[in-house]
Amino acid sequence: MTRSTVPVRLYVNGDRYDIEVEPRRTLADALREDCSLTGTHLGCEHGVCGACTVLLDGQPVRACLMFAVQAEGASVRTVEGLAPDDETLHPVQKAFWEHHGLQCGFCTPGFLTLVAGYLEEHPQAEEDELRDVLSSNLCRCTGYQNIVTATMAAAEEMRG
Amino acid sequence: MKPSAFEYVRPTSLEEAVDELAVDPYESKVLSGGQSLIPMMNFRLARPERLIDINRVPGLEGIAPGDERVTIGARTRHLTVQNTHLPGPLGSLLRSAAAQVGHLPIRTRGTFGGSIAHCDAASEWCLVARLLDAEMTVRGSRGERTIPAADFFQAIFTTAMEPDEILTSISLPALDDHHVTGIAEFARRAGDFAIVAATAAVKVEEGVVTGARVCLGGVSEVPWRSAAAEAVLLGSTWSAQTVTEAAEAAADEVDPPADSHGDADYRRDLVRALLPRALNATGAAS
Amino acid sequence: MTADEPRSWTGRALPRLEDPAILRGWGRYVADVAAGDDCLHARFVRSPHAAGRIRSISAPSHVTVLTAADLAGLRPIRAVLDRPDYVTVSTPILADEVVRFVGEPVAVVLAPSEAEAEDALDEVVVDIDPLPAVLDADDARRPDAPLVHDADYPGDPNTVVDGRIHTPGFDEAVAAADRIVAVRVGSSRQSAMPLEARASHAAYDRASGRVTLHATLQMPHMTRTGIADCLGIPEDDLRVISPDVGGGFGAKMTLAREDVVVVHLARTLRRNIAWIETREENFLAAWHSREQVYDIEGAFAADGELLALRGDLVCDVGAYSCYPVTFGVEPLMAMAELPGCYRVREYSVRSRGILTNKCPIAPYRGVSRPVQVLAMERLMDVAAAELDLDPVQIRRKNLVSEFPHRTPSGLVLDEASHLETLQLAADMADLAAFRDRQRAARAEGRYLGIGFSSFAERTGYGTPAFAARSVPMSLGREAIATVTPGAERVICTMDPSGGVTVRIGASPHGQGLRTTLAQVVSDALGIEPSSVRVIDSDTDVTPYGWGSFASRAMVIAGGATLIAARELAERLRVLAAHRLGGLPDDIELVGGHARRRDTGEEIALRVLARDTYHNAQLIPDKGEPALEAVGVYDPAGTFANACHVAEVEVDPDTGQVRIDRFLVAEDAGRLVNPAVVDGQIHGGIAQGIANALYEELIYDDRGVLVTTSLMDYLPPTVAEIPPIRIAHLETISPASITGAKGVGEGGTIGAPAAIANAISDALSPLGIGVFHLPATPHRLRTAIREASRTKEAAS
Repeated sequence: MTRSTVPVRLYVNGDRYDIEVEPRRTLADALREDCSLTGTHLGCEHGVCGACTVLLDGQPVRACLMFAVQAEGASVRTVEGLAPDDETLHPVQKAFWEHHGLQCGFCTPGFLTLVAGYLEEHPQAEEDELRDVLSSNLCRCTGYQNIVTATMAAAEEMRG
Repeated sequence: MKPSAFEYVRPTSLEEAVDELAVDPYESKVLSGGQSLIPMMNFRLARPERLIDINRVPGLEGIAPGDERVTIGARTRHLTVQNTHLPGPLGSLLRSAAAQVGHLPIRTRGTFGGSIAHCDAASEWCLVARLLDAEMTVRGSRGERTIPAADFFQAIFTTAMEPDEILTSISLPALDDHHVTGIAEFARRAGDFAIVAATAAVKVEEGVVTGARVCLGGVSEVPWRSAAAEAVLLGSTWSAQTVTEAAEAAADEVDPPADSHGDADYRRDLVRALLPRALNATGAAS
Repeated sequence: MTADEPRSWTGRALPRLEDPAILRGWGRYVADVAAGDDCLHARFVRSPHAAGRIRSISAPSHVTVLTAADLAGLRPIRAVLDRPDYVTVSTPILADEVVRFVGEPVAVVLAPSEAEAEDALDEVVVDIDPLPAVLDADDARRPDAPLVHDADYPGDPNTVVDGRIHTPGFDEAVAAADRIVAVRVGSSRQSAMPLEARASHAAYDRASGRVTLHATLQMPHMTRTGIADCLGIPEDDLRVISPDVGGGFGAKMTLAREDVVVVHLARTLRRNIAWIETREENFLAAWHSREQVYDIEGAFAADGELLALRGDLVCDVGAYSCYPVTFGVEPLMAMAELPGCYRVREYSVRSRGILTNKCPIAPYRGVSRPVQVLAMERLMDVAAAELDLDPVQIRRKNLVSEFPHRTPSGLVLDEASHLETLQLAADMADLAAFRDRQRAARAEGRYLGIGFSSFAERTGYGTPAFAARSVPMSLGREAIATVTPGAERVICTMDPSGGVTVRIGASPHGQGLRTTLAQVVSDALGIEPSSVRVIDSDTDVTPYGWGSFASRAMVIAGGATLIAARELAERLRVLAAHRLGGLPDDIELVGGHARRRDTGEEIALRVLARDTYHNAQLIPDKGEPALEAVGVYDPAGTFANACHVAEVEVDPDTGQVRIDRFLVAEDAGRLVNPAVVDGQIHGGIAQGIANALYEELIYDDRGVLVTTSLMDYLPPTVAEIPPIRIAHLETISPASITGAKGVGEGGTIGAPAAIANAISDALSPLGIGVFHLPATPHRLRTAIREASRTKEAAS
């Protein structure tokens, strides 16, 4: 059985990362271990909880259900890449803050990337549609109420 | 929850993919969307030594409508199926089934053909394929062949594909507008695999059922075409009552498994509840 | 806010100070500490058998594997309670000779990465002779039952806790009753399932010989004590840090055997060692809860008054005792608190903890109270139906309305608002309008139901309350090993720049305590919360404390914080009066200044602070050249209360329950931060709904856990949780110095009973009542099918 590594080039949050990984390294582990971007969390490693959700070429994916090598040359956006700069929060981050949409914060990066990715493509989305999107991920702390409120507030803000 | 080590191969043509798979077919797996395979690898329930990633093989993606049959590339993502506007009863069935596959981040990656090749008895695409007698086109080192759905699904996680074969496309009959189609599932939580799913395509001409297909998931090892329900429907007057009787016949016919989500009696009850919902979902049987 | 607009920070829904970093992905959880470190990764080999004798553990020579034999010098974990009915059992750090549940750690492998550690795990061969296992608390008590531990059981086999209370007038009260109403309720096993599973990272420092353990914990100090005891080292050799914690819900207050191993290996190998638990392991071994059956009987007068209550409560506690709160935690809480918010004058109860060959139980949000409240609230509804009362009437008749109220188990209920929250909930629900909707729906073959749940949530209880669990009999012998939480100590310091740090022994993990304590301090010192830094969860820099559990932090750590901040404020007033003239009482602290009320003259706190440290000659009366105050608080406890109302519709064909409305009338005393309080209630209710309808750990008949993934164990998504409406009352109780009551568990405590009552109300035309949770679609549909058959047979 081979343990050899392969070179992989990722574009994460606009930065280029040339990393060497075993093919079995998931995208989530590569982001965390090889790119030092630990904002992407692992809650189940079987695709249910959604804490590891990132945007791959703009689309939400489970980073635990993809190998890093599959993302060769692709553009990845993680929670660290949502805010435009260190002074400004992304509208979704801001709404989660203002509406108490997080408690322990472990699921939060997955929700933020999921919602930011969706709203950027579907700014007109209404509550039912957004609830369906939000049902992709698990949160154990908030009971979701404030996540829904924050998501609706972010949608309104992003519609401008 | 880290997978065993494997050799990764990324062919850029179907020929190359077939050749790579032929190197060691029994220890290899084809990687399409990976949304079923990778969880199994993370749990180490699957430990392939080689992964043949077909994600960069051209020609495996897309929906090609035709007068008689519609062909869907094996690597077409669930989300693409959901967002493709294919007219008629087949289109509405595909869209509503796609909307029930997992969640958005699963649908962006997971593929139509991957789901069929994985062969989970409750999966939407296995049901639809069996319902409509889809034909699965596969390519292997001995060439291409087409396998009808009736032969394709053999047991849980087991299809008629040889280990050296790759599923390339699935063709479905284009259903004319006399058809009523629908799918209804019962899962305990949004987006979960169905405990029981029911799907049907019924042809109704002048109030009489002239064609009937009923397929159930979660009641046997493979998608279950309900001969009993189809027999009740065929030739009958199209009504809610007929559908109820068909559901009753289907429930009596099946011999479902039991697990932590429900015993056999419960699954029979779900068949009774869901088949009418699958057909009423279109509003035609009221 | 300016100095001219004094306004209380307490009571404001201040966005949390914790959040900006977390929102940017800059949170630092244990796995993040390990991700950047060149450490060895540990994985645990776990027993595949519920009971058995280990014959051998072997692995190829290239695999590093350690077993109990390699840990020979370590002491087992011993959770001790000083009671004659309590049986102490030891938990070896790794299974030694015998295994007692599926998932028990029997060996540990080490490798440079997690993936390679799992490769190594695959190569370890464990040979175990299976032994007969006991998987059910009833079977475990039979005279011929296999023993989970070879211990000296004072009563029935495997019975490790057997508490009783019998009030003198009980039999007489029962004899005087018009009606005896009996219910049997039960709950399946549940997992707290924090989204971050357990994790630890032990770093060895060659220079000092110390180990720094980062672990995901609710009780960092207690963890240090527990590990030091097992290793036989001074506590000073170990520093425990609980960085950002991805949810606890009780599951991270119990000492993990795995964490002991990780620290031991770091010390002996002089290497950094990490262990990141998988979700599967978390289900197998990270504590279960609430597998309970209660038989209770209420003796009622004809008018609905509850004259006496009898209970026989059985808790399956699994294979070991959890440290520090012991496997007495569920049965003894159930015994002490079953009467809840109801006036129960006469009480006869027996409550037992029974060993089985399953994962040990440990506290999970609410501990026994979700089942206690289920029992009492089902009793009330069943009795109401028998006595032809509505659910509000029977509750009104029996709720405690005069305070303080002493319960038959000796608890004192402080000022609360049971009648008022019931009324508020009833008003919000509009019962009459609901009954109209229900009638109309029934005519269409639809099943709507409404359910009430009134409860008291015991919160913020310190040493006196925990001491009451014991029946001291062995002081001087084993008392040294008992653990009785707990006071909190808080150190509040103003630095020379005028910034304030608050060092606490509580250990928040999502509750927003850094914000809420900053609000309390800000009001006391007249400063802004952004200039208050709360420092927690690091044993090197915080005072010894008990961490966060049992809805205690806001009450106890908050109280200690207020005491410390007030003392610091008093010092500042003395210093200011010395500078500005006048008496300290004439000085107010506002907007970062100390100001004379009469003249309006003021001095900035940062000037006072700087001079205190740097110009000590200016300090009056030879005061300390520092601004630091210590607050200690150790209250007996305060009861929050609430009434929940659930409205549901049951699909009779599938057994699916949809919750249409969920209403809460809550009284958690003073709301320091209403957004945080509501967040606790929302989250608690979601877990209560999960308990009521979705989540269940299932073992097969060989004792193998079936539900080891999130496809089998089903925490709800947003699609399963209805919007929740909350109204607040604020009863200010003298039992809490801040006026705040705890609110961490109430949602989970009250919701299951409200839902069970609502489903039972919906299905009352079929004669179906819900007495076991979760009420899964399968269970409900089966009951509906049987009820229909019975009906058909009868007609």
